Amino acid sequence: MKHLIIGAGPAGVVAAETLRKLDKNASITILGDEPEPPYSRMAIPYLLIDNIDEQGTYLRKDQDYFKTQSIDVVVGRAESLDPVNKTVKVAGGDALPYDKVLVATGSRPIKPPVPGIDHEKVTSCWTLEDARKITSGIQQGAPVVLIGAGFIGCIILEALVSAGADLTVVEMGNRMVPRMLDEKCGSLLETWCQNKGVNVMTSTTVTAIEPSGDRVLVKTSDGAEVEAELVISAAGVKPNADFLEGSGVKLIDGGIEIDEFMQSSVDGVYAAGDVAYGRDFSTGEFGIQAIQPTAVDHARLAANNMHKHGSIRHRGSVLMNVLDTMGLISASYGQWEGVEGGDSAELLDENNFRYIQLQFDQDRLVGANTLGLTQHVGVLRGLIQGKFHLGHWKQKLMDNPLLLMEAYLAATQAS
Amino acid sequence: MQRSLTIDPEKCTGCLQCEMACSFENEGNFNPSKSRIKVFTFHEEGRFVPYTCTQCDEAWCMQACPVDAIKMNFTTGAMEVNEQTCVGCKVCTIACPFGTVNYNVDTGKVVKCDLCGGDPACATACPTQAITYVDASATGLDKMRVWASKTDNAQATT
Repeated sequence: MKHLIIGAGPAGVVAAETLRKLDKNASITILGDEPEPPYSRMAIPYLLIDNIDEQGTYLRKDQDYFKTQSIDVVVGRAESLDPVNKTVKVAGGDALPYDKVLVATGSRPIKPPVPGIDHEKVTSCWTLEDARKITSGIQQGAPVVLIGAGFIGCIILEALVSAGADLTVVEMGNRMVPRMLDEKCGSLLETWCQNKGVNVMTSTTVTAIEPSGDRVLVKTSDGAEVEAELVISAAGVKPNADFLEGSGVKLIDGGIEIDEFMQSSVDGVYAAGDVAYGRDFSTGEFGIQAIQPTAVDHARLAANNMHKHGSIRHRGSVLMNVLDTMGLISASYGQWEGVEGGDSAELLDENNFRYIQLQFDQDRLVGANTLGLTQHVGVLRGLIQGKFHLGHWKQKLMDNPLLLMEAYLAATQAS
Repeated sequence: MQRSLTIDPEKCTGCLQCEMACSFENEGNFNPSKSRIKVFTFHEEGRFVPYTCTQCDEAWCMQACPVDAIKMNFTTGAMEVNEQTCVGCKVCTIACPFGTVNYNVDTGKVVKCDLCGGDPACATACPTQAITYVDASATGLDKMRVWASKTDNAQATT
């Protein structure tokens, strides 16, 4: 059996490892389009802040690891997929044959439609190469503009500030991280960043980037003009599925439509991770989650079904995120925006930047946002995914949302 | 013979010696807030429940780690965090459905129970044998294990 995996991120690597465990003799190849060994983009913020070196971002640390697992790692970019002849054409190279193929090509940064976005002083923050550019582009006191206060923008703030950047953040939404945090949470985070000397402009867009001597001039929708040594564009990501055009693999919202066995509309073609339009645990609906735990879930399931189709069904992954923005930790779970007819509970300590809100569907927990909470956060997942009927513990949580562990123990260890 | 922590809440008196012992063993000081085992109090029922990682088979923390910093110790069966490799991204802390991997703000790393390398200080310190370290096949972790399977997002079809 010839397994081809396109994409060398966490989904690709976990799928390859899972396939190896299931079949000692299969041929397993990972095709990745970056020159470095498989690495984690999640680790880039810690590289930028100098806590780790580039090796520290690698998904597997032993340099002979893939060789010892008999997993071939090939550098090259997939150009097209031919499901009839079962081959994947590599740009400037051969067509790789497969029996089963996994598309785990992840996502790539969106380029906002702004005049001047292609200027050499503008970079994304997505690859190790981007990270090198950012590190070398920031001198002490250098004015830097960050477009987008989403997950990526926020998680690199501390690195940028500690590198000496005089930072301006321009965010289109009315608060920071609007796709992960509710209004109170996002606004508190904004105050936190302002207090630390970061200029945050919400409900604002960048309208143009113009050359200005050695620097660029960033113009915004509210008429401001900010000089910048470096502009970092972190305006969101989209699935990397363009190469599938003409292959017959069905896309939705740019992602790959998959069934509960992680297979696309084309037999033998599977998808996992950011590129997969997969099932959400809470809603049962399909969509793109683009988060690390989901990528790993997908990969494990896809590999099992590539090995033996129909062996494991995907019941959906729980949406979850954790973010450290200049030391303030936020998290979100499931249906944090609430559900129709559901109750919600919240506790706010504005002065200490602490906040928690819980969302219920009748007496079950279905979502949450937290700020400044670092202990037992994961139990939120346990409560949501276990779908426990909380009974009288719901009222206790409504009165004090911090009794999460107690509610969980009561639900699981009731005699 | 692999052993595991067994917790019998019925025997717990809430004395918190386990928390003190854990903190001293792992952090070098008596600071229950740094303990990897926690005793939860149910005042209305007069009940105490010591609680820590069960070293579950699913090991969501290990699966979710993007930099391979959590590995199984094959002698003790514990999932251990390699502090040198951990970047402090906290993905494991949200992925563990038991809430037993926590972020340590002071070190910038995550911490979890590692069974003290095979001689758990909490079990040694417990005066009532509410916490014991015994033959893994004889423990009462089953309830949590059963529940753990509920959290799995995959469903075998056969």
